[in-house]
Amino acid sequence: MSETKKYPAPVTNPETAAFWDAAKQGKFMIKRCTACGEAHYFPRAICPFCYSDKTVWEESSGEATIYTWSLMRKSPTGPYAIAYVTLKEGPSLQTNIVDCDLEKLKIGQKVKVVFKPTDGAPLPFFTPV
Amino acid sequence: MTIKGKAYIAGIFEHPTRHAPDKSTAQLHAEVAKGAIEDAGLSKDDVDGYFCAGDAPGGAWPMVDYLGLNTKKLRHVDSTETGGCSYIIHLGHAAEAIAAGKCSIALITLAGKPRTGAMPPRAAGAEADFELAYGATTHNAYGMCAMRHMHDYGTTSEQLAWIKVAASHHAQYNPHAMLKDVVTVEDVLNSPMISDPLHRMDCCVVSDGGGALIVTTPEIAKSLKKPLVRLIGHGEAMKGPRGGKDLDLTYSAGIWSGPRAFEEAGITPKDIKYASIYDSFTITVLMQLEDLGFCKKGEGGKFVADGNLISGVGKLPFNTDGGGLCSNHPVNRGGMTKILEAVRQLRGEAHPKVQVKNCDLAIAHGTGGLLGVRHAASTAILERV
Repeated sequence: MSETKKYPAPVTNPETAAFWDAAKQGKFMIKRCTACGEAHYFPRAICPFCYSDKTVWEESSGEATIYTWSLMRKSPTGPYAIAYVTLKEGPSLQTNIVDCDLEKLKIGQKVKVVFKPTDGAPLPFFTPV
Repeated sequence: MTIKGKAYIAGIFEHPTRHAPDKSTAQLHAEVAKGAIEDAGLSKDDVDGYFCAGDAPGGAWPMVDYLGLNTKKLRHVDSTETGGCSYIIHLGHAAEAIAAGKCSIALITLAGKPRTGAMPPRAAGAEADFELAYGATTHNAYGMCAMRHMHDYGTTSEQLAWIKVAASHHAQYNPHAMLKDVVTVEDVLNSPMISDPLHRMDCCVVSDGGGALIVTTPEIAKSLKKPLVRLIGHGEAMKGPRGGKDLDLTYSAGIWSGPRAFEEAGITPKDIKYASIYDSFTITVLMQLEDLGFCKKGEGGKFVADGNLISGVGKLPFNTDGGGLCSNHPVNRGGMTKILEAVRQLRGEAHPKVQVKNCDLAIAHGTGGLLGVRHAASTAILERV
């Protein structure tokens, strides 16, 4: 189903445009604060931890592990797996696990980023390694 | 400064309907307002404070006008929107306003018709581009909490099922309950999987309807005829993934709202005789019981098993109206009905089969939004005087 599912194009805004521009190049970006050193997601101009405005873009490895997941079985567009994954760089984020047997997902499973097209910038998803 | 004992709940009303295709949403608000005002023995022209949330068509000023409230007298308005727990937050805010002399008779209303037609989508925040496409719904967001809770603490589907079983034992005595049949753990486990690990019977009902409250000063409450029920502690809190650092979906903002309320009340969970606990899903109840301190984190599964939440059987009677799991979850917002059943218990007006003996202290606790994503929590401690 995930191959045929149509995803909405990101609206984007001045704060997040660089993320979506990088996504078009196949790069998955996070933000890191150079004041406190913490990485965060989704990207903000002001660090949500120390409120410094010294945040910079950083390309993520795209490597992550599944923190939790749930397979939604009652959906007009077919079953899909929502999940939180924790990036190697630290932050956890909401996503879908795609392109795999959704019945076999496990907490702790290693996954990597994969982009899916929209009518605008592509969206990041994760798939088992 | 405290609101302890400064505000009383003098009027309550729960709309008996669970399906209202022949009524407007504003009309349902008016019907529950009328019901609560009459229950208190007051007139609509006495109301000088009005509280509503996102379910009120157009917000506060169209509602004040539609309801025909006395605008020469109305002097305090609050439309705080925190999803299903909005009305528990309103109760606290009404007490604050009353304690500060900003109003003396506050009306809080909730009503809507999700069973008749689809509700408008939740307004999105700054996260929209980074989350909406992934299809978080109530079912899968709470499913993710349950999945991680099971992973970290060994909680089982059987334990979660006991929460629904307890609710069904209570619902059999509520003539207005949507689901009146007593169910077993096996029934819950055999119901279809909706979003792993939550089965259909782990989920609350979808119902049309609503409810309302009148909150007032001690002096006015004592001049009326209803048994006296007062607010002695209140807390509110919020939680979200906050940049993705240290994500932990096994606890909710209840770990902050609960202690704030208990501290203000000067009591502990052991003192509580009856608990109204938000039950959008079974996992919601289990997590809240832990977060509020009725048991240790991770021990909620053991706590709810074997009928411990059934009135007359277990140690902590909960949701004796059948709760959202069996009776009513009007507008997908269960906070109002949590307060209403707690007040019935304190007044001694619950069904005799589920009425808790000598019920003098009760808790009404709710959450709003998605526990697995972003949410609010609010806790009210109520006392019979």
